[in-house]
Amino acid sequence: MSIYADLILDHYQHPRNNTLLTPGVSKSVDVNNPLCGDKLHMEIIEKDGVMQEIGFTGEGCAISIASASMLSEYAKGKSKAELLDLNAQDVVGLLGIDLTPNRMKCALLGWEALIKLLNN
Amino acid sequence: MNVKKDFPIFEAHPELIYLDSGATSLKPQPVIDAIVEYYSTYSANIHRGLYKISEKASAEYEETRSVVARFINAPSPDEVIFTHGTTESINLVASTLGPERVTEGDEIVTTVMEHHANFVPWQQLAFNTGADFKVIDINDHFELSVVEKSDRRGEGHQLVIDLKRVITNKTKILAITLVSNTLGTINPVKEIIAEAKKINPRIITVVDAAQAAPHNVIDVQDLECDFLAFSGHKMLGPTGVGVLWGRKQLLDSMPPYQFGGDMINEVSLEKTTYAKTPHKFEAGTPHIAGVIGLKAAITYLQQIGLDKIRNHEKELTMYAGRWLNDELSDAITFYGPRHIEFMAGIITFTMKGIHPHDIAQILDEQHIAVRAGHHCAMPLHTQLDIPASTRASFYLYNSEEDVEKLVEGLKKVKKTFS
Ligand SMILES: Cc1ncc(COP(=O)(O)O)c(C=O)c1O
Repeated sequence: MSIYADLILDHYQHPRNNTLLTPGVSKSVDVNNPLCGDKLHMEIIEKDGVMQEIGFTGEGCAISIASASMLSEYAKGKSKAELLDLNAQDVVGLLGIDLTPNRMKCALLGWEALIKLLNN
Repeated sequence: MNVKKDFPIFEAHPELIYLDSGATSLKPQPVIDAIVEYYSTYSANIHRGLYKISEKASAEYEETRSVVARFINAPSPDEVIFTHGTTESINLVASTLGPERVTEGDEIVTTVMEHHANFVPWQQLAFNTGADFKVIDINDHFELSVVEKSDRRGEGHQLVIDLKRVITNKTKILAITLVSNTLGTINPVKEIIAEAKKINPRIITVVDAAQAAPHNVIDVQDLECDFLAFSGHKMLGPTGVGVLWGRKQLLDSMPPYQFGGDMINEVSLEKTTYAKTPHKFEAGTPHIAGVIGLKAAITYLQQIGLDKIRNHEKELTMYAGRWLNDELSDAITFYGPRHIEFMAGIITFTMKGIHPHDIAQILDEQHIAVRAGHHCAMPLHTQLDIPASTRASFYLYNSEEDVEKLVEGLKKVKKTFS
């Protein structure tokens, strides 16, 4: 079966939360995957341990962009503790497809950004 | 060309459309047989044994040196050194000859279309010695910027090489690839070397033949280079074995690369004297089976004929170019020369709005193997201003049907993302 399910293509072509947030209020981070040339910039606004806003921009393959998009939707309104509890399997689970080890890196790029933001 | 039957991988995977020979080639039965024969009937160490199967192993190993020498028209088999591959061959030169020849204020010149294997060792040498690291750029035709062609009707292409702005009498090393693994550009290396030696007769020239040796006749005496490197695995041979050819006089003057067994003449408590070239550079037990497999690969290639292979690839490349242009010209951007004489059997491209990894993955769903990424040529991709590209590369076992499948596959890619 193709991993290019409609849902993934939809998130790739119309990523959710694909915006920058108000500077000054938000924290931001840049991550990249030099192997593919994927780049992601992510910003969050966190208040009282809860994710208020999240936005990202970047370029990458369908899997990395769709994954960041789905993760951003999932993260909004969740508590910091809940989000830090996510593991790689949960993140891939959001995509709803099976991935080869090679594509794992793509799928987890958004998560890497999120973890960095939550931890700093 | 009816050779698919010689490659057992197509029995295991009849559906496979293998378009990644630029990364590594498939292996024909005679190569596999040669390796199995060594391991099952005379798997002894070389050089030291005084018994029959060791003598046979030594003879086969040394015979390969002669076969390689003839393959690249080297004056002597003693100039052929077995390594792990192109990468090690180039590192050998950079780490032994490099520090002896290059000092602060000197220059090392390479090109932006090099594989990292012929780029990073020289960048590192420049860094360690304080030499200037100069990189020849490419032009709009995806050829080296120092090469100008006058396309005079009827007279063919007249080459003009202008190295005056790059090579000076301080340039100690020129490292250059015969064929770009990404652009497929065939560089006029013979002419470039001749021009470089006019400016500086003492320049050392190192040629990366990893993408050329599998497809093009190589003649080191005609090229007039000083070193030439290639890998067995890209030319139907085993992984883990490669060749460094160098001029005897230079090799003799260079210090050993690694120290230990097999590279010595005599060892005492006080000092060690080294074996002569080429054994001076082959410390430790080598990849004997690999070397023997390489002999079978060269023999196989020569039986078919490199000219015939190159012609076959030219036809496939032109066929692919025509089809892709007819069917997908609006969606695809190509990165490579336009003229088939300057093009290897490599087609590298991007598709608007679609990441190369996604292209490769959708093609894989149709059993088509291509490569996506930066192909170990990051400086080139930076220069092209793209993060990555997709590459299809052809070899003797590919057919027009493979090209048609590729075109169909890419149409499906386009449709998926439309
Ligand atoms: C032009 C070129 N140079 C060098 C190399 C490195 O060869 P190896 O990995 O066999 O050492 C390659 C292979 O990818 C290549 O295409």
